[in-house]
Amino acid sequence: MSTATRRPMTVQLLATSFLVIWLILAAFPFLWTLWGSFKVEGDFFSKADWANSLYGTLTRIETGGSFTGDGYYGAWIQEEFWRAAFNTLIVCVCVVTISLTCGTLAGYALSRSPYRYAFWLLLFALIFRATPPLILVSGYLLPFFEWNLWGHLSTTIIVLVAINQPFTLWMLHAFFKNIPKDLDESAMVDGCTRFQAFRHVIIPVMWPGVITTGLFSFLLAYNDFAVTSMLLSKENQTMVPKLNSFLGTTQTKGNVMFAVAAVVSITAPLFVMIMFFQRQIVSGLTAGAVKG
Amino acid sequence: MKHSSFIWFVLPSVVLMILFIALPIVSVVMQSLYTEHEQVIVTVENCGPFGCVEAQSVDQEATQALRDAQPLGKFAGTSVYRDRNHLAVDEVAAAWEASGSYREFWGTLMNLPFYGAMAFTLTYTAIVTPMTIILGFFVAIAVNSVARSLRGPTIFFSLLPMIVTPLVGALILFWMVDARGILGTALQWLANDPSLSVKASTPLMWIMLMFYGTWSSIPFAFIVYYAGLQTVNTDTLEAAMIDGASRWERIRYVIVPHLAPLTTFIALIQLMDNFRVFEPIISFQAQAHARSLSIAIFTDLGGETRLLSSAAATSVLTIVFVAILLMPVLVRTWREFDTK
Amino acid sequence: MKMMKTALLGSAIATLVTTAAWADGHGCGVEGGRLSIIGNEFPAIQTVARNAVECAESGSAEASANLTADHQTLNVAGMTGNPAEYTTAIVANSSIVALINEDVIRPLDDLVAEYGQDIPAQQLITVNGQVMAVAFMANSQNLVYRADVLEQIGMDVPTSYEQVLEAAEKIRAEGIMENPVGGAYAAGWNLAQEFTNMYLGTGGQFFEPGTANVTINNENGVEALEMMKALTEYMNPDYLTHDSNATSAEWEAGNVALMNMWGSRTNVLMDSEGSTPEVYENTMTSGPLTVGDSGRPANTLWWDGWTVAKNISDEDAAATFLAMKAGVSPDILNDETMTEAVWLMPNFESSPVNTGVLASVAAGSTPYPMVPFQGLLHTALGDNIADFLQGNESAEQTLADIEAAYTAAAKEQGFLQ
Repeated sequence: MSTATRRPMTVQLLATSFLVIWLILAAFPFLWTLWGSFKVEGDFFSKADWANSLYGTLTRIETGGSFTGDGYYGAWIQEEFWRAAFNTLIVCVCVVTISLTCGTLAGYALSRSPYRYAFWLLLFALIFRATPPLILVSGYLLPFFEWNLWGHLSTTIIVLVAINQPFTLWMLHAFFKNIPKDLDESAMVDGCTRFQAFRHVIIPVMWPGVITTGLFSFLLAYNDFAVTSMLLSKENQTMVPKLNSFLGTTQTKGNVMFAVAAVVSITAPLFVMIMFFQRQIVSGLTAGAVKG
Repeated sequence: MKHSSFIWFVLPSVVLMILFIALPIVSVVMQSLYTEHEQVIVTVENCGPFGCVEAQSVDQEATQALRDAQPLGKFAGTSVYRDRNHLAVDEVAAAWEASGSYREFWGTLMNLPFYGAMAFTLTYTAIVTPMTIILGFFVAIAVNSVARSLRGPTIFFSLLPMIVTPLVGALILFWMVDARGILGTALQWLANDPSLSVKASTPLMWIMLMFYGTWSSIPFAFIVYYAGLQTVNTDTLEAAMIDGASRWERIRYVIVPHLAPLTTFIALIQLMDNFRVFEPIISFQAQAHARSLSIAIFTDLGGETRLLSSAAATSVLTIVFVAILLMPVLVRTWREFDTK
Repeated sequence: MKMMKTALLGSAIATLVTTAAWADGHGCGVEGGRLSIIGNEFPAIQTVARNAVECAESGSAEASANLTADHQTLNVAGMTGNPAEYTTAIVANSSIVALINEDVIRPLDDLVAEYGQDIPAQQLITVNGQVMAVAFMANSQNLVYRADVLEQIGMDVPTSYEQVLEAAEKIRAEGIMENPVGGAYAAGWNLAQEFTNMYLGTGGQFFEPGTANVTINNENGVEALEMMKALTEYMNPDYLTHDSNATSAEWEAGNVALMNMWGSRTNVLMDSEGSTPEVYENTMTSGPLTVGDSGRPANTLWWDGWTVAKNISDEDAAATFLAMKAGVSPDILNDETMTEAVWLMPNFESSPVNTGVLASVAAGSTPYPMVPFQGLLHTALGDNIADFLQGNESAEQTLADIEAAYTAAAKEQGFLQ
């Protein structure tokens, strides 16, 4: 809609400067981290002078150069961070797939059901989501240990999917409501079953909502700490608990920089991913045009 | 939709939620109604590398007998809810009787852990939720009007606050706002006060937490709105333009109503998440300045002796308060359902 | 960083040597069974776990270790099942009580009799005459000071908090440092620990003897709080957010000249990494401080040790016992591991970094109370003291709040009626 419209200079200017300020706010801490990941801990987390992280005073003393890759070396090679990255990949892919499969089916049904129980189901899902995750996780521990479910990736995946289900339901429910009923109902008049109507009519137009929901499921699985730190054994650890073990309650020198370096290096693949999905969301534009 | 097909569509999702959320909630509610048995305490002699001392210990055999008789613990009714560390019914009543003024009563009330936590939690929720929605909306509108080739990177950078693991993100921010960090120094320079320290002052810490809360959840509102904007009907927009609607009017009368259901959704999720505020307080080590119900649960579960019933009671209270908080939004959704 | 790599190389060689020794047939006695460790993650525990796992693996036992900051949440649940997921938990004198309360660890007397005759008696932790754990290291908080700064102001090493205040005033007055005192005063566990130290130093008693009734709202409590507040006047204004890590960072940046710090951390402060020679060469540690005129050291002694789970087979218990015994045997001490802690093994050689802890032991500091309800009081302390330090309420009000919070919690736990 935007490219076709012209607007006055002042509005344009206002919008642009707002966006620029926001982008600086959003990106600055990350860019600062990116820069700092090539310094030693004494510089990046300097208590003496923040400018040390710009000039790398201690970095030069300790390593001889203004930049050092020690953080990256330590994280990826010495501490085998790639194992955690691989585990995260498995968890994320599974959580997103299962979450979306269950979620789209249920979300669609909820948006099409005229009965009260659909509302009550949504309401309960909401109450479920209000539960503090801390208490849920501490409740899982005992049965999981007892039934020998603790520590496995699959257990964590299912728990993450379940905890994320209320959110997925609500979000997809909101998106499906935006898709006019006439679409699938006319397909059903033409003789499709409910499921066929869903498959042939709704699935092709649902992508913007599904991709966005998928993005959130992904980020949840990717960033989760409460569940993964408690339910995974050492060898199955995903990235965030692994990062946390670099930080530790008793920080070992240099290890904090492992965490910083790891954070920076795992953001790069996300950049690629978001560029990709951005196209998917925009491709929804055409799908959305079908409507009305 | 027919009942039978509805059931099949929602089944997988419902089974997961019942198993992993509903059942644990039931056990949490049960837990909050029971307390530990009376512990039989005996005085024993403990020895170790630093010599021997007299100390108390739990008499395992005697206590075990009680535990076997009633494995759930001692039924306590609502006594855990009413004790000083939760709703503090007696303490509040006593304070009401004893206080000469509302001000004095308020002071006593805020000194009770539950009410102190509520004060911060509600302020936080009331400020962060609308800020997130409004700013997220404008970011979405702004990003949507960027030239298409630049959109990918713009979206990526706008999502960064949400992508970078809060664990490390907050650690770095915590260092940046330190009185000697880059942001802390910048603030001192702006305020022209070299002794200014965000971490030392309660009001500044509150502002910091709310700023961080808004900053880290804007991407959520932004991306939902952005996805919603992609489905705005271009015909309607063009028709509005032909009718001479200004840009602002188009936003007001076409885009905002189209995004209304999404706003309901964002508001629900944000209200809930903000009410359970936890991570920022831990990351900024702000327990001395701000406490929330989730922090109370965290301390109950994290101590050397875990207070399970207390944590369970606080959790139930959290759920109840979230439900009350969401009431307006829920009533709205209910009406929408009725008109269907 | 370079130093660290060399050190790693060193440990790799050491590992090779030890493994070779076992391969020679000197094995550590494990034959089959299972070893699964849960514990905290600081370097000394890493060393113990590494050696124990090596021993178990050489005896073809299943072995794994989960060393994490969340160990306290995991250990009770992980040892409750049958068979228990974890066969041993590495605990401290504060955290062993939770395991004893839940009855998930077994007395070790029979195992000691069969396999552990050579463990020195001082390493055995007994509760009511039964061996419940084997300790391997000691720890305590002691004064760490900058020798050059004290010399500059012409003062001897302080032995009491009153002298610390005096020295701090001088340092500030002479413009050497703005906030010369440091301390892990972060609200929560750390702050509660500082109060515990200070309160014991005033000669105070936490509970009425033989009961769980708390008695801290008294002169000693007020004295301890007042002293803490006096110290905070000389601390960085952000002190309520400074845990041990942040306090150490302040030290390394050269902003602090006097602080009460864990013995296990002085090693890091005295090495050349992350700091300037002026700071690390002048970092010294001495014994415990006193407060007021009670003459009692204002700190607590800690040990770390290992336990054996109750719900495991005898074979697993024997394997665990032998492997953990090997993990804390005198053989694990070498140039690298020697400074990681104050080890309790007989061949431990003291170095300047450990003088503080040893001085505390010699001065007769009180061990951190191994009492089932101490943890509840610790939590209550950590939640409430900040109110007083920030000047929001009186010392008496704070102490009354702590007592009320503790009492509610102790009632819920069944310690009080």
